[in-house]
Parts: sequence; structure tokens; C-alpha cells
Amino acid sequence: MKNLSILAIAVVAIVSLIACSKNDPQPINEDELITTITTTLKNGSETTTLEYKDLDGDGPYEPSVNVSGNLKAATSYIVTVTFLNETTNPIGNITEEILAEGVDHQLFFQAPSAIGTFAYADQDANGKPIGLSFTLTTGAATTGNLTVTLRHQPNKSADGVATGDITNAGGATDAVVNYPIVVE
Amino acid sequence: MQKTHLLFCLLFLGTIYSQNTIGGKITDENNKALEKCHVHISSQSTNSRKDGSFSFSNFPSGTAKVYISYIGYKPIDTIIEVKGNLIINFKMKQKTEQLEEVVLKHKDNYFNHSVLEDKIIEKTIEKYSSQSLGNVLKEVAGVALLKSGSTIVKPIINGLHSSRVPVFNNNVKLEDQQWGIEHSPNFDVNAAGKITVLKGASGLQYSGDAIGGIVIIEPFSVKKDTIFGKTIMTTESNGRGGTISSSLHKGNFCDWSWNAQGSSKYYGDRTSPSYVLSNTGNREANFSGDLKYAGKKFDVAAFYSLYNATIAILSASHIGNVNDLYNAINNQTPWVVKDFTHTIKNPKQKIQHHLAKLNYNYYVKDGESISLQYAFQFNNRKEFDLRTVIPDTKPALDLDLMTHTLNADYKLSKENWDFKTGVSGSYQNNAANPNTGIRPLIPSYDKLDAGIYAIFGQHFTPDFSLDAGVRYDFSTIQSTKFYLKSRWNERNYSPSFDSFITKDFGTQWLTKPTFTFQNFSASAGLQYAFGTDYEWYFNVSHAVRNPNPSEFFSDGLHHSSGMIELGDLRLKQEKSNKIGSSLQKKWNTLKVTITPFLNYIEGYMFMKPTGFETTIRGAFPVWEYEQTNALLTGIDFNSEWAISKNWQHRLIVAYVNGKDKTNGGALIDMPPLNINNRIQFSKKEWRNLTFELQNEIVFRQTHFPNNNFETNIIVDGNLSPVTVDISTPPSAYNLLHFSSYFQFKMSKNSEATLGFSVFNLLDTKYRDYLNRQRYFVDEMGRNLQLQLKINY
Repeated sequence: MKNLSILAIAVVAIVSLIACSKNDPQPINEDELITTITTTLKNGSETTTLEYKDLDGDGPYEPSVNVSGNLKAATSYIVTVTFLNETTNPIGNITEEILAEGVDHQLFFQAPSAIGTFAYADQDANGKPIGLSFTLTTGAATTGNLTVTLRHQPNKSADGVATGDITNAGGATDAVVNYPIVVE
Repeated sequence: MQKTHLLFCLLFLGTIYSQNTIGGKITDENNKALEKCHVHISSQSTNSRKDGSFSFSNFPSGTAKVYISYIGYKPIDTIIEVKGNLIINFKMKQKTEQLEEVVLKHKDNYFNHSVLEDKIIEKTIEKYSSQSLGNVLKEVAGVALLKSGSTIVKPIINGLHSSRVPVFNNNVKLEDQQWGIEHSPNFDVNAAGKITVLKGASGLQYSGDAIGGIVIIEPFSVKKDTIFGKTIMTTESNGRGGTISSSLHKGNFCDWSWNAQGSSKYYGDRTSPSYVLSNTGNREANFSGDLKYAGKKFDVAAFYSLYNATIAILSASHIGNVNDLYNAINNQTPWVVKDFTHTIKNPKQKIQHHLAKLNYNYYVKDGESISLQYAFQFNNRKEFDLRTVIPDTKPALDLDLMTHTLNADYKLSKENWDFKTGVSGSYQNNAANPNTGIRPLIPSYDKLDAGIYAIFGQHFTPDFSLDAGVRYDFSTIQSTKFYLKSRWNERNYSPSFDSFITKDFGTQWLTKPTFTFQNFSASAGLQYAFGTDYEWYFNVSHAVRNPNPSEFFSDGLHHSSGMIELGDLRLKQEKSNKIGSSLQKKWNTLKVTITPFLNYIEGYMFMKPTGFETTIRGAFPVWEYEQTNALLTGIDFNSEWAISKNWQHRLIVAYVNGKDKTNGGALIDMPPLNINNRIQFSKKEWRNLTFELQNEIVFRQTHFPNNNFETNIIVDGNLSPVTVDISTPPSAYNLLHFSSYFQFKMSKNSEATLGFSVFNLLDTKYRDYLNRQRYFVDEMGRNLQLQLKINY
């Protein structure tokens, strides 16, 4: 057994030498990681932001959700959504890349119908919505969750998809976040 | 113009004893024993007995001339090379003139008398020319398939797979990252001359960690001064593609001989009975060849093979989060069905595997030999995914796995015993390309292995032998891996593994986890023939398997399965104690084999769902590698019945039961009971015309753990809880397959076989419990196949 241990130590030493001869590697640059999704609602000069942040990507930490304030009932909002990668320096802006590949992406908005109605306010090269900007017309006072979903390669021609119905959209989910909102 | 002819199957039962014995059986084309054939080998001669058998003992190694004659039959006139005990069965032909085909293989590979080996011969392998290694292995009772779609297929032996079933190609263990469930062995079946399946870990000369079994592939080799070749062309309706494989063999006893073989596959989308399985095409371009020089006392050979494949991954299996998985399971229809195409899109895998080896055998004297072997393997695996914004041409995973292996073996055979010992050493480096933009599922690492073994077989009487073996393996692995600090903490790696941390990168630790293992494995058993044609095999083995890199280091989201997979640095070795036995009985027209087994595995590693993690893509179930004590019991049944001159029947039944002894309940992914019935009609007089109808019944797996989990989906804008049923196995299924072929002569020196077969004749719609894509799509539907084989 003693000889075996000596052998073991020798082998470990060799491996260490092989390993140490290399430079320390650098962490992977996760170019397309989305860490932060910010939904900004504007009504004139009033701005409400809904922020969803998960800085450790696929790691175990729970995301944080931050809602800056309540929405007003029976009000029209112009809404924009931005996607950032805050793990890189400088911070990566994925919104622009989604816009550039607009035909392959679409955002969907889901909330209880009492909250209000959504309408797309942008278009891709084929005249189909992308959803980086849209309008929300709130209903009466209520509370609920707003779910924003980014789908990759959805079937934009499927029934209802162009008007924001996710049911037939298919595609893969690149991001999906929930914001608790209050309409007052 | 009497052309000598011989066509034979060689059966190498158990043993090598020095002052070699040569035995066998002489039959006619219908397997009827021929009595009183004159058998002449070198200077010895004898007459075959009533049952057609003959035997010679005290036969020196070397070249021997064989001459067998019988009135009314063509004499057999050939030369064989004797290096150990040989059992050669000769078939004598009456009249038909056929191409002379000489294939001789030497029995020098297996010491394992106490385990009944399952062999797949070349003729059977040819039928699977267009398919994968796994599909061929299913010919053996007790082998099931673990699939990820229709083209990624790996063998499960008695309920165990992946790292537990090493594959040896031409005496080299394939190092191709097949520990991952969605990676199949990187091997082209067209390069195999013979495949042997050894259930359990008794093949200690190969490895000490084959808890499930060993697959041994031997290339085609010829030991006669001749040159010949063959080409197999296969075209298939499902996938609208084909396979072509060609090989040339130059045989020789002494002097130079060589083999060369190449094959190519091209397939588009497969289809299920109701829809196109979008993005399921594949391509392959493979080559293998060797060059050998045989002198009087030595031979030296160089071998090279390349496996080169592009495999599309079903579009519908690429899902986002747990909601997508829930929808896929509940809708029972795939979310992407496009028109048929040959084009392969992302996700896909691109794999290249190079294997080069040199070996040298030296025959010291009769029954004593030394062999040396060096092998180099390089495996590159690129996996391409649907990227959010990065161009699809950039791989999501890019691994280079390089392995050097050295083996030295010594063998000594005496009259009643034989002994083999050897040492092996290997160095392996895995390099994960950091430029993929995704943290690699498998990190870079260096690994060193060394092993030493000795096996011994004793032959007490012709009917009784014992064998035993021991092996010691040393292994050390050092990985270079970044851990998110959040993950390091969540895993509770601090403080036990803090010594692995080498550098602080803000949100991540750079770590160098290092592990060293020393393992002992052993095997012992007996073979006993009794009564009238009864044979009994009994073997006990102890094997130890180290955690593989995926079990240790997996850390992240696996898109193809929609789950977060987490390895564990705390894992220990897995230890198997297996008792395997086979009982074989031969009657005149019937041969029955039953093989029960019991395998108790201490520290069995498996993945278990433990909860959820929420990411920006939504919630994902988390599966962690855990260990438990497992008990696998089961039985394989095989019968071959020659009903009449033209009709044959084969029945294969396999059952395995996997129990989690620590936590109670069933083990996941155990093959359900399956029954395979084949009936064959063949008529030699009609150009060997053969029809076969096969019925494959796979029962529903009723023993499975419940891993279902709850999640929230959005219904009418509101979140509502649902159960995601990932556990319930699919229903039983019953398939019919048909195949037929006949032979004809193309010219004086070439013969052809034309085959037509239909897989899933009734276009049955089904899903298989052991297919990872069963949540998303049905299995392949009917497939018509036309195959032309030309021997020249």
C-alpha cells in the first residue's frame, strides 16, 4: 500500500506540473446572457419602471423584482422593454440585437384582462410586431401580474400571434418575467 | 474445375490451452451433422464422429493445412493459423458454385469462460449497415436502447448504460464522452467484423469499471492469401436517404495484409406516422483501415479510423422553461412541424473521432506471447444551439478530448491452464473551448490512469473449467473549472472544498478540483458441461467505477432537456457486486439459453429532481447527481428453434427490475419487459431466399419513481398551479418488422444479395420510455429499406 501511495503522489505531481504549466484561464464571456429586463411605462412626464434582475444567470440566486410605483386607472401608457447583460464590462445591451434580429423574436404580454389592453407599437422587416415597444391602456383599479415573455423563432404567422396571443406562437423562451402591478 | 468452397461460422468457445487443441463440427448446408468425413490437418488426420464433431490435441502453433473430404461434397482445402485452441465448424457444400469466401478469426481475445458471450456475426451487422451501433447490439437478449431521438442511440446492458458500458474498438477503449446520455458511441457499424457483448464486469483484461458490461468490436480480418471486397448500398424511405459502405481486404498469413473500409450516410428528416420529425437528419463520412505485417514469430500492425458525423437534434425538443415542457407533455404534439427537408439546422451535434493505434505481438514459443499497443484518440464534439443573438454558426459547446493509451500484455498457455497479465496507462486531456459564450457543461481536465491485471483459467476436464482474475486501477483527475460563487455556496462546497479554489474572479471562483482513486476489481467463475448438451456458466464479479466528469462537474442549464443539471464533488466510487449465470441446453433442433443475474450496486449514481431554480428564462427543475444503493435483478431468455428444414424461430425475452434499496421504490429509466419473436423462412435452393417477420413487444414500465413536480402556468393572464408529469412511462407497444433477401451471381467472381425490409410495417404510433424525446414526439413510423450487397 505504501508503494501505491508513493505512486499516487508522483502521479499527482506530474499532473500538477502539466496543469501548472498553463496560464490561468479567463472566465467565459457570456455574451448573450440576459440579466436585467426593464419595462418602462410612460404617460406624459410620469414614468413607472418595472425591473427584473438575476445577476447570477443560471445560478441559484433568486431574481429580484423592483416596481417603482402604481399605475393609474383608465390611462394610456407608452411602454418600452430593454434587455441588458450586467455581468459584462461594459454592460451589454441585448435590446439592440433583438431589434436587429426582429423577425426571429417577439415579446408577449399577459395579464388579467381587468388590467387593460395591450397593442404592439413596432414592426419587424416583414411588418410583424416585435414588441420592444407597445401601448397599455389600463382599465379600472385592480391588481395582478404582468408577464413579459421573449420568444425566439416564434411562428409569427400563426393564428392570433400578430395581435399578441402567445397560444400558437411556439418557439423557444429566451426570457419570461412576472411583475406584480397595482392599478389605482 | 472443382472449386473448393467453404463457408463457415467460427465459434470460439471458451478456452485456449497450450499444445493447442483443434475441434469443431462438420455439417452440411442444412446443419445436418456429417459422420465419417475425412479431416486432415497438417500431419494429423481423423474421421468425424456421429455428431459431426472432430478433435485434435497437442497441436503445435503455426500454419496448418486443412483438407476435409466427404463423398458427394466439395472438399474443403484451406490453410489456418493456429495460435491457441480453435473450434472451427465447417459447412460442406453439395453442388452450387459460390464465391470462395474465407474468413478466419483467431480466438485469442477472451478468457472469460464463465460468462456466456453473446456474439453478433458479420452477416447480422451488415443488416444494420445504415444504423447505429446500439441498434445492432439490440440483437442480444438483455440489451435495450437509450435514445435521444432516432439517431442518437446507446446500449443499455441489463439496465445499465453510458460509463457503465465501455466500448472497445479493436482493443482500444473508446474515449468519446459517451457518459452524456445524449451522446452515442462514436463508431460506424460498417467497420465491425464481429461484435461481442460481455454482460457484467468479468472482462478484467479490458477494464475494471464495466459495471453494466463490455462491448467488444473486432474489425474484419482475413488470414489467407486472397483479396476481396464488398459494397453495401442501402436506401431508406424514412429520412429519404441512404448509406453506402465499401471495404477491401487483402489477406495473408505471413507478410503484408491490409484492410480498408469507408462509409457515408445522408439522411433528411425522419417522420412519425402522423408528422415530420423536423430537424432529425444526419450525415456521416467514416473511414477505417489497417496495415499488418506478420513474420514467423511476430506481427506488427497500424490501424486508423475516423468517425465523422453531423446529427440534427429534433427542433421540438429544444424547449425553454418548465412551462414549455408542461405544454409539450400535455399537448402530445410537437410545437414545431415543418415540411420535410434534408437540411440540418440548429440544434445539432458535429462529432469527429480519430483513433490511431500501433500494436506488436511477439510469439515467444508455443502458447506464450507478448503484445504491446499504443493508441491515440482525438474526439471533437461541437454542439450548436439556437442562440438568442449570437450567430448560429458559433457552437454552444466545443470540447476536444485527447487520449493516449499504452498497453502491454503477456499470455501463457499450458496444457490445462492459461494465464494472462498486463499493464496499461493512459493520459487524457479535455479542453473546453472558452469562446462559446456559454459556460461549458463539462470543464477542462487532465486525467491519468494506470491499471494492472492478471487472469487465470484452469481446465480440469473437457467439461469443467474455472477462471479468476484481479485488477487494480489508479486514476487521478484534475479539472479547471469556474464556479459561480452563488453555486459554490448553494452546493455547500465551503469549507470542505475551499482548498480547490485558486483564484477569485469577482462573482466566480477559479477552482482546480483534484481527485485520486484506487480501485480493486475481481472476477471468478466456472463453466460446466453436464448431462446431454447442458452447459452451465456461473460468474461473480466485483467492479468499481469512479464518478465521471459529468457526475462531478455538471453545472448549468441543459437546453435539450430543459433542466438544470448539478454534479457533486462529494460523490464516491460506485461499487458493483454481480452474480451472473447462464444455462444453455441444446436439443437437435432447439437451443435455449437463460441468463439470470443479480447486481447489487453500492453508491449507484443517478440524477434526481430536487426542486426549482428561477432564472430569467423562467423556472427550471433542478436535477442533482446523488448516490444510493441499488439492486438490479433480471433474466434474459434466448431460444433458437429450427422448426423444419426451411423454418426457423427465435425468441428473445428480457426483464430487469431496478430497486432503490436506500430510499425504497424503483430506479428510473429501467427497460421494461420486452419480447422479441422472429420467424424465418429460407430456402437454399431458391438462391437463399429468406423472409423474416419480427414481432417486438415492449411492455409499459410499471416500476418507476414519481418525479413529477408542480409549477405555475399562465391561464387567462393569471398564474395557476399545474403538475408536470415527467414520470409516467408511455403505453406498451407492439411492432411488426419484415425483412427479406436473396442472393444471385453477378459475374464469375462476384455475388450479390438484394434485400428488402420494412421497419414498423403497420406504421404504429408509439412512444418509448427510454427515449429522452418521448415528451415531445412519437417514434419513427414505417421505413422501407432496400439493400444491395455485392461481394467481389
